Amino acid sequence: MKNIFYSLTGLIGLMLFTSACQKDVSNRTSNLPALQSSNLDLNAGTWKPVLLSRPDSFAVAAPVATTSPLYTADLFEIKALQKSLTRDQENSIKYWAAGGVMRWNEIMRGLVAKYNLPVVAGTDGTYAIPNTANPLAYPLFPFTNPPYAARAYAYISAAQYDALLACWFYKTKYNRAAPYNFDSSVSAKFVNKTVLPSYPSEAAVLAGVTAEMMKLLFPGEIGNIQNIAIQQEQAAIMSGAATRADVTAGEALGRQVAEMFIARARGDNAGKAVGTPTDWANFVDVTKSQGLIPWISLESPQRPPMLPLFSKVKPFLFDSATVVSLRPDPPPAVGSDQMNKDVAEVKQYVNNVTRKNIGIVEFWADGVGTYTPPGHWNAIAAEDFINQNYSEVRWARNLALLNMTEMDAAIVCWDVKYHYFNARPSQVDPSIKTLTGIPNFPAYISGHSTFSGAAATILGYLVPENASKYAAMAEEAGLSRLVGGIHYRTDCEVGLSVGNKIGGYAILKAQNDGAN
Amino acid sequence: MKKKTFLHFSLAVAFSLVAVMAKSQTADDAIMMGKKQWCNGLTYMYSGWKNYWEGTLKRDNKNLGTVSTQSVMFMSTYGITNKLNAIVSVPYIWTHASAGTLHGLKGFQDIEMDIKYQFFGTQFGKNSHLLLFAVGGLSTPLQKYENDFLPMSIGLGSTNLSGRLTADYQNGIFFATGSSAFVWRSDITIDRTSYYTDQIHYTNKVDMPNQLHSNLFVGIRKPNLIIQAQLLNMYTFGGFDIRRNDMPFASNQMNMTSLGGHVKYFFPFLPNLAIVADADFTIAGRNVGQSQMYSGGLYYVVSL
Repeated sequence: MKNIFYSLTGLIGLMLFTSACQKDVSNRTSNLPALQSSNLDLNAGTWKPVLLSRPDSFAVAAPVATTSPLYTADLFEIKALQKSLTRDQENSIKYWAAGGVMRWNEIMRGLVAKYNLPVVAGTDGTYAIPNTANPLAYPLFPFTNPPYAARAYAYISAAQYDALLACWFYKTKYNRAAPYNFDSSVSAKFVNKTVLPSYPSEAAVLAGVTAEMMKLLFPGEIGNIQNIAIQQEQAAIMSGAATRADVTAGEALGRQVAEMFIARARGDNAGKAVGTPTDWANFVDVTKSQGLIPWISLESPQRPPMLPLFSKVKPFLFDSATVVSLRPDPPPAVGSDQMNKDVAEVKQYVNNVTRKNIGIVEFWADGVGTYTPPGHWNAIAAEDFINQNYSEVRWARNLALLNMTEMDAAIVCWDVKYHYFNARPSQVDPSIKTLTGIPNFPAYISGHSTFSGAAATILGYLVPENASKYAAMAEEAGLSRLVGGIHYRTDCEVGLSVGNKIGGYAILKAQNDGAN
Repeated sequence: MKKKTFLHFSLAVAFSLVAVMAKSQTADDAIMMGKKQWCNGLTYMYSGWKNYWEGTLKRDNKNLGTVSTQSVMFMSTYGITNKLNAIVSVPYIWTHASAGTLHGLKGFQDIEMDIKYQFFGTQFGKNSHLLLFAVGGLSTPLQKYENDFLPMSIGLGSTNLSGRLTADYQNGIFFATGSSAFVWRSDITIDRTSYYTDQIHYTNKVDMPNQLHSNLFVGIRKPNLIIQAQLLNMYTFGGFDIRRNDMPFASNQMNMTSLGGHVKYFFPFLPNLAIVADADFTIAGRNVGQSQMYSGGLYYVVSL
C-alpha cells in the first residue's frame, strides 16, 4: 500500500522532472562538419555558365595590394573579431562553414514551405490572386505551388552557379591568398583551411546573388534575407577565410549576376501563368469539343486551375518546341476499358488502405505547407551531396542542374496536363476518397512522377552510386499518388517516363559544361 | 467515509480537431471502486465539428464539411483497495469527413493506464466530506497509426505521462469536483522527413508541447444516480497556430473549453449495471474543432 503510494509519487516526480528537461528535436543538418572539398575545382572559371556569356561579363577590379594599409586594416578587423568571438558568432561560423550553397538551399526550402498555402475562398466564392506588388497583404505573394517553387529553385540555383563560376574565375585570376594563409596570426576558425584564393569571397557572392534573387521571388522576405546574407558574410570574415574587401567585391559580383537572371525571369512568361477566366473556360470548351470529359476542380467552391499557362514559361534546358515534342500520347478516355480498369485500381487501393501505403503517401505528399516535390528532391540531393565533399561551385552547379531539370519538368508536365485536361479519379468516381489533398489541376501526367523521374535521372548521373536508389524513390513517389487515390497508374508511369527524358537533357548539359 | 459502489465514466473523447482526447476520464473524478470490485464497460462516442479554429480565427471548410470521430472504448477499473484503483482503457476510433474527398481512418488508438489514489479524506459533520486524490497516468499508442494526416488521423501518436490532483467536496447529495492534470507528451515521429511549424524542420521528429487538462464537475450524487454539469479545459503549453488555410498539425497549440453534462444511473433491478450518458459542447478553442460530443455506455460491476 505504502509502496504503491511511493511509486505513484515517484512517477509524478519523474514526470515533472522529465518535463523540466528540454525536449530536443534537432535538424539532421544542425551539426555538420565544415565543408572539406575533395577538389577545389580551381578551373571552374572555365566551366560553361547558364546565362553569362563570359565568366568576366561583370568586371571585378583587382584587389588592393597586400602591402596597402587598407589590406592591413582588413586583417586587423579579422584579428579583432577572432579575439572575442561570442557563442552565437561561433555557431554562425559553424552553420555557414558546412556549405553556403547547401544552407541557402535549406533556407529556400523553408521559404517555399512557408508560402505554400492556397488562398482561402472569399465570401463571394472567388479566390483572390496573390499580388507581387503587395506581397504582405493577404493572399501573400508568392503562393509557392509546385511550378512556382520549381521555377524559384531553378533561378536561385542557376544564378548561384553562374555567380560562383564568375567568382572562381576571378579567384584564380587574382590569386589572393586567404587571410588565414597570408597572416599567421589569423586563424581558420571552424573552417577547413584550403588554398582557395579569397578574392572575391564565395560566401559574399552567394549572399549577394541570393539576396538579390529573393527580391524577385520572395519580395515579402527582403528584410529577413538581407539579415541572413549579412550573417553569412560576417561569418566568412570571422572565420579568417575572407577580408572585408573580399566580401564587398563578392557581394557586388553576386548582385550583378542576379540582375541577369532577374531580367530573364521577368520575361519568361511566368507572370502570365495564372491565365484569365477566358483561358480557363477555353480548356473546358476545347476538351468538350473533342468529345471528352473536361477536368473540373473538386474544391468547394471550385477553384480556378493552378497556373494553367505555366507551359508557356521559357525552359532552361531546351526550347519551347521541345516542350511540345515531349508531350506523350493522350490518356485513356473516360469510359474506355483502359480508364475503367485504371479507376477500379485506384478504388481498390483506397478501399484497402494499408499502413505501409499511407506512410508512402504522407512521405511523398509534399502538398500544402511543404517545400513541394522539387523541394523534396532538393532535400534528397543536398543530404547526399553533403557526403560528396564538393566545392561550393560544384554544389551550385549540381543543384542548378537539378533545379533547371525540375523547372523544365514543371513546364512540360503542365503542358501535358492542360493539353489533355483530364479528370482526377474522384471526379470520375466520387466514391473514391483520397489519402492526401487532391491537387487542383488535371491528372495526366502526374507531377510527382514527372518531377521525380526527372530528378532521379540527373541525380543518378551526378551521383552514380545512388542511381538505383533514386530510380526506386522516383517510382515510389509516383506510386504514392496512385495508392493515395489521386492518380491513375497511367498518369504515374507516363509521368515517370517523360520525367526521365527531361532528365536526359540535363545529363547532356552536364556532360558538356566542362565540370567533369 | 461512505463507500462508493459505482464508477463515474465521463468520456470526453474527441475534444479537439483530432481524437486526441480519447481517454478515460475516470481518472479525473472522485469516484472509487471498493476493494476487489471490478468494473468493465463499453462506451460509444460521437463527436463532430463543422467549425474550427484556425489559430484564433473561427471558420468552416466546405472541403471537409462536418468532421466526425466515433469510437468504441473498452474500460476496466479495479479496486486494489478502497483507496487505490487501477484503470485501463482502450479505444477503437474511426473518422469521417462529410464533404470533400479526404479518406477517413480507423483503428485502435492509445491504451491508457491510470493509478488513482485517495490520499486524504475528512468528514465535516454527518453529511459532508472532502477527499483528495492523486492520479498517475500513462497512455501510449497501441499501434503506429498515421499521425500526419490531420484532421483525419485517429490520434497524434505521443506517449503521455500525466500527473493529476483532484479535490472532491460533497454536502448531502450536492457535490463539486475539481481536477487538473499535467500531461507530459513525448516527441512523435512522422512519415515525412521535414515539416514546417513557424519554421522549417529537417527531421521526422516532432516536439510535442505539454498540456494541462482540467475539469470542474458540479451536481448531485446519490448511490444510484449522478447528474452533473461539467466544464472541461485543455491547455497546451506552446505549439503553434495553424496558418491561414493550412492543414492542422500534431504540435499545434490545441486549447479548448467545453461545457456539458453527465448522467449515470444504476438500475434498481440490476444494481451492478450502470448506464452513462454524456454531452459536451465546445465553447472556446484554438486550433481545434468546435465539437459537439455525445456518448453513452454501459458498465457492469462485479465483486471478486
